[in-house]
Amino acid sequence: MKTHYGKFGGMYVAETLAAPLAELAAAYDEASRDPGFRAEFDSLLRDYVGRESPLTVANRLSGSLGGARIVLKREDLNHTGAHKVNNTIGQALLARRMGRRRLIAETGAGMHGVATATAAALFGMECEVYMGAEDVRRQAPNVERMKMLGAKVHPVEEGSATLKDAMNEALRDWVADCDNTFYVIGTVAGPAPYPEIVRDFQSVIGREARRQCIEKFGRLPDCAVACVGGGSNAIGLFAGFMDDPQVKLVGVEAGGEGLATGRHAASINGGRPGILHGARTMLLQTPEGNVIDTYSVSAGLDYPGVGPEHCHLAETGRAEYTVIDDCEAVAAFDALCRYEGIIPALESSHAVAEAVKRAPSMPRDSIILVNLSGRGDKDMDNVLAWKKGHSK
Amino acid sequence: MTGRIEKAFAKAKAEGRGAFVAYLTAGYPSMDAFEAAADDLVAGGADILEIGVPFSDPFADGAVIRQAAYAALRNGTDLDSSIAAAARIRARHPETGIVLFSYCNPLFSKGYGKLAGEAQAAGIDAVLAVDLPLEERGELLDALRPRGIGLVPLVAPNTPLDRVEQIAAGLENTFIYAITVKGVTGERAGLPADLAERLDAIRSRVALPVAAGFGISTMEQARAVCGHADGFIVGSALVRRLGETGSLKGPPLS
Repeated sequence: MKTHYGKFGGMYVAETLAAPLAELAAAYDEASRDPGFRAEFDSLLRDYVGRESPLTVANRLSGSLGGARIVLKREDLNHTGAHKVNNTIGQALLARRMGRRRLIAETGAGMHGVATATAAALFGMECEVYMGAEDVRRQAPNVERMKMLGAKVHPVEEGSATLKDAMNEALRDWVADCDNTFYVIGTVAGPAPYPEIVRDFQSVIGREARRQCIEKFGRLPDCAVACVGGGSNAIGLFAGFMDDPQVKLVGVEAGGEGLATGRHAASINGGRPGILHGARTMLLQTPEGNVIDTYSVSAGLDYPGVGPEHCHLAETGRAEYTVIDDCEAVAAFDALCRYEGIIPALESSHAVAEAVKRAPSMPRDSIILVNLSGRGDKDMDNVLAWKKGHSK
Repeated sequence: MTGRIEKAFAKAKAEGRGAFVAYLTAGYPSMDAFEAAADDLVAGGADILEIGVPFSDPFADGAVIRQAAYAALRNGTDLDSSIAAAARIRARHPETGIVLFSYCNPLFSKGYGKLAGEAQAAGIDAVLAVDLPLEERGELLDALRPRGIGLVPLVAPNTPLDRVEQIAAGLENTFIYAITVKGVTGERAGLPADLAERLDAIRSRVALPVAAGFGISTMEQARAVCGHADGFIVGSALVRRLGETGSLKGPPLS
């Protein structure tokens, strides 16, 4: 199994986690060669998650911009409202196969926490979710959803009290109870083999989207756009087009209040190589090598590192990574609501904003495929509060 | 040339005891109090000092060392000032083994080559990187080796014995840090029932000295461990006391 992506990735963990990670890699390797495992995963994605997710042409939004057609891959229509569930169903199946009855997870926006709690309920497992105290406040509806689903939510008060701190705490839990606990990592970050496992489970997004594009338009998109925090929805989308060099891959990082202000979460555009949470990654850090507190209006993108495969794709130039700030993301959020009747997650709004930027300068027969990774119900309060704070 | 770490274990063995390895977080509660505590520990019998570099995301540490790290960061301690403190401690204690104890990122951020040069100049004997297992340690080892600086490897309760051998292979001027329990650093009332057996098994596979750490906070625990190890490591108990009383004067352990 792949452990390094160019000079990024790897397994930078305390020795106590080396054996559980080796066990996980072996179990996944075996499961991925078992047609029964694959079949059960596929049937759950169909009958429980509701896949495949549709491709929606954003006609009115595209028309308002002139230029490229914007097409949305509707991961927001999955059960639980985001792409996260693709991965948690897969990892919960793996946990069951490995005889683990207790799932733990870290969560930022709460979507991965909800998706893990959902999978735990489905399989009759215990579930505990670590969430930064700041995010507990920002994403209150998701905290209630997790509790409703039977999960225990631990607010983490340390550090910046966001996703990275939740991940620290989840790692501490796992290291103490690695014989009984399965750590469901929600993104393509973390130590090997997690980035590869999460990529595999999310690659259904890109596989479907590629086929749907060909069926619907008779051609591939000109560019595929997705937001990148840790980067699981983006890798899932990109995976379908990796071998199609004519398809431009665009990852969108959270610019927060702007790259120049230092108040952002754009690890590839604003960071330098570092090591955090088990992987060598582009990292937002001080000159002394301490991790910087990140900021974005969207909790799900508020992470100082990024999946190692993204770092490699940026370095090789196969994918391009851009930055969308809070203002642009909220404007795109509004535009999608008004033009298409779709309330997108603030995370996904970053990808929509990038498409809005690009469309006018592209020919009318070109296609921008956007991964609409989640729905925005969870963000109502945030958007209202943000607008209130930014009204002149 | 025999290194200070090897000498420290040899001396303890000759005196019929286990080597005492003491961990402190650099700059906690202040740089002066930390250095005074290091002096007190040497006076109180510490053979090797582990100087902990505070890091923003100490995911392998329990509450005591985490809080110490955050406090040290707040008062401006970083890798550079930790190395500078190590150099001053070295000047006062020419025989004591000194281990620079850090998470990977501060070391990686500085650059392993630069780190090795500065560590050598400071009189640091070995480096321990918490999140740097066998699979990833090559680059750091390549930088440290030409400078004669050791790498202290961790061995966990669930590390297979064949892997223990691979971990020890090719290392010098160092010791094996045998983690006694699965989990983060911190004091514990009891140590695992099978610890003695486990330590014996590790020692049967490696030539390097083996020191046991995590959860050791009393002389009684230290003595029990040293029947089956070449040394014992105490961290959280010292850091907690230093935080509570501001100094480590007197006997290091009760």
